[in-house]
Amino acid sequence: MSAVIEEIQDDHHDHKPTGLGRWLFSTNHKDIGTMYLWFSFTMLFVGGSLALIIRAELFQPGLQFVEPEFFNQLTTLHGLIMVFGVIMPAFVGLANWMVPLMIGAPDMALPRMNNLSFWLLVAAFSLLLASLAMSLMGMGSAPNFGWTFYAPLSTTYGPDSTDYFIFSVHLMGISSIMGAINIIATIINMRAPGMTYMKMPIFIWTWFITAYLLIAVMPILAGVVTMMLTDRNFGTSFFDAAGGGDPVLFQHIFWFFGHPEVYIMILPAFGIISQIVPAFSRKKLFGYTSMVYATSSIAFLSFIVWAHHMFTTGMPVATELFFMYATMLIAVPTGVKVFNWVSTMWQGSLTFETPMLFAIAFIFMFTIGGFTGLMLSIVPADFQYHDTYFVVAHFHYVLVTGALYAIFAAIYFWIPKWTGNMYDEGLGKLHFWVSTVSVNVLFFPMHFVGLAGMPRRIPDYNMQFAEFNAIASVGAFVFGFAQLILLYNVVKTIRGRSTEKATDQVWENAEGLEWTLPSPAPFHSFTTPPTVK
Amino acid sequence: MSVAIRVASFIGLMLISIQSWAEYKLDLRPGVTSVSQGAYEIHTLVMWICVAIGIIVFGAMIYSIIMHRKSRGHKAAKFDDNLTVEIVWTIIPFIILGFMAVPATKVLLAMEDVTNSDMSIKVTGYQWKWHYDYLGEDINFFSNLSTPIEDIQNKSTKTENYLLEVDNRVVVPVNKKIRLLFTSNDVIHAWWIPDFAVKKDAIPGYINESWFKTDKIGTYRGQCAELCGTNHGFMPIVVDVVSADDYAIWVASQKEDAAAAVASSNKTWTMDELMDHGKTVYTTSCVACHQANGEGLANVFPGLKGSVIAIGDVTKHIDVVVNGVPGTAMQAFGAQLNDADLAALITYERNAWGNDAGDMVQPADIKAFR
Repeated sequence: MSAVIEEIQDDHHDHKPTGLGRWLFSTNHKDIGTMYLWFSFTMLFVGGSLALIIRAELFQPGLQFVEPEFFNQLTTLHGLIMVFGVIMPAFVGLANWMVPLMIGAPDMALPRMNNLSFWLLVAAFSLLLASLAMSLMGMGSAPNFGWTFYAPLSTTYGPDSTDYFIFSVHLMGISSIMGAINIIATIINMRAPGMTYMKMPIFIWTWFITAYLLIAVMPILAGVVTMMLTDRNFGTSFFDAAGGGDPVLFQHIFWFFGHPEVYIMILPAFGIISQIVPAFSRKKLFGYTSMVYATSSIAFLSFIVWAHHMFTTGMPVATELFFMYATMLIAVPTGVKVFNWVSTMWQGSLTFETPMLFAIAFIFMFTIGGFTGLMLSIVPADFQYHDTYFVVAHFHYVLVTGALYAIFAAIYFWIPKWTGNMYDEGLGKLHFWVSTVSVNVLFFPMHFVGLAGMPRRIPDYNMQFAEFNAIASVGAFVFGFAQLILLYNVVKTIRGRSTEKATDQVWENAEGLEWTLPSPAPFHSFTTPPTVK
Repeated sequence: MSVAIRVASFIGLMLISIQSWAEYKLDLRPGVTSVSQGAYEIHTLVMWICVAIGIIVFGAMIYSIIMHRKSRGHKAAKFDDNLTVEIVWTIIPFIILGFMAVPATKVLLAMEDVTNSDMSIKVTGYQWKWHYDYLGEDINFFSNLSTPIEDIQNKSTKTENYLLEVDNRVVVPVNKKIRLLFTSNDVIHAWWIPDFAVKKDAIPGYINESWFKTDKIGTYRGQCAELCGTNHGFMPIVVDVVSADDYAIWVASQKEDAAAAVASSNKTWTMDELMDHGKTVYTTSCVACHQANGEGLANVFPGLKGSVIAIGDVTKHIDVVVNGVPGTAMQAFGAQLNDADLAALITYERNAWGNDAGDMVQPADIKAFR
């Protein structure tokens, strides 16, 4: 108790706790943000390693490295880790760092909950990865039913580790909901005087909407895994046809969570791109208001399109038509966002530092992913694309060259503010060019094998698919190892021995409260709120 | 003007090059049914609309990247909003979407019209094979992957239809509307033949339906499209579309085979015959889980070599094979194999890989057990 009082009394401007306790018990938004980002970065290498084993196996027809059973565990864990362990935590980490700085708040509204939500995530992934470790030690199978864990493959036929998986998903859900509540509470209550909603930076807007999506759908995910738990252990038959249950019900519930989840993973990326493009175009963001409305429309539509993941389950034709039309509509607000970014660049005064390069690449390649998304919405054509590599290509374009590229852009954009040091621009550009060439070598040929008829989630394939799979595997290894350049650059920037010091403004034309703070941003910032005109 | 020419020639070049790519299987295949051609056409339409929009949007971006750079001394303009353009680029996409939605709806309605079919086949997914039941014809059979395990393990040279060949093909007559009914015995599978644009989930407790009709005699191949467990990648589908005469011959031969199977279940077999036939049955029905060496997969599928069941009480062994083990991947093979197959299989399992039960199981024993 006395220690707490001493800490409160010690209002020295840049006082930091020391040692392990600084991180374990941290309630500081910057430290927690840093931990989230390092967690995400670690998981990127874990999930990426699994992907490289998959691509090694798929380099040639025939079974070379792994058995089909382990292959299924690899695809499952790769998907779960990348979705719940990389993209989502990275966005939460960026929100932790940037929301208080961008709205002029001293910290997050609920700092202790912030700590809990991070450490629950670590617990969740310890459980999930424990099942992989046990599989490697020959003690049973890790989850092997795909990241979508369709019943009854995951219930009646699931391995013992499924119960670990269920508990892990519960913990991830609690963690995400707490993170989302925290972000909403912070944005509503702690904006600097004068910052009305329509003056909030667009990154704040996109995260605000994302947080509501999280609160709406994470309980649904928790519900579906709870139903699995009782089906597996307590004799219920929610998803077991033999007991009067319905396997398709699983898919409806899963995708009612799953589709908004897709936008949870891309809306903050839209926000990041909308911060970076204006800064390096030396112009204001074109159509701020329409950006806010477009983001809200996408969030709304995300709740009424879920069954487009299920066109082959045999729904009535009227239902298929409804979900086709609703899905096609998403192209409209998404188009508005792309047009606005292009108009922001138009007639600007462009420079191409690493964050801008990643942002421009995002617009190109996310748009390609958007086009294939529109193609997938067309039901008759979807019957041909569904569960093929065409779908794999589509969602990797929106998640890797979309969400992950936005995260890369954000790291380069804000790391000078976080560390007080400029990153190495040469290494940044190298990272960009190697990644961008290789990621297209990796994912573009997947369109072709998908259209030619290669199903996804298979460990072996007919020779007609061999050339493009070999090309994709080469791209995968280059892209995977290119991320070590980012790691090296980040570590070098943090150490700061051989890098320039960053100015407070960092970027010539970047706007926002975060650039009014010193670089690095002090441990406690905005203890007195700034005023926004 | 010169920009327009450049754009036009760019599109032209792309068209030409895409034509010449066709042989490398870059694009969707048009297939052999009216439905698959409809799907191909709508795919092509939407793809080219996307390409056109992409050229405009990416063209504007590339122009801006080249012309509006600071290094060329370009000064930033001041505009940051324009209600008119926002409204225009909201409304135009709506109109474009309408052009896609109308043909898509037409094709979909045709696809889902299963009425007036000439014959029906019930397709049941099993881990990891397909069962076909010609309704009203008394023809039914399992269809297993027939690619040798040596090919998969890279010990022999792979042939053209590697992983896309089966022991028993589906045979249907040409120019007939074939209605397919889909269900599953265990987990969700999906039956897919790209050339027919038929992809439908086979779901336990559900009966889904679809159809195809083609005027092109030939062999069409596909695969399971929904992750269904360990050997999801190893349950292909092969359909032979044949002339009406050939179909009649095939139906007759199926009925002869069925009669022969009944006869073989009534005779007494020798040990060699049982072991020989048992190995064949084991290779099609059991090897996916229990493996060719009978050792199973550690912690996933139990081994049979030296197992308590395979060398212990014979009735217990028959019970496990015939009735399966509920709640596990071990299926009830009593419904899938005839008495002779089961007798040979069980005899094989009791005497292969060093197992030394030494006893024989006859078809009559299975019949008595049932």
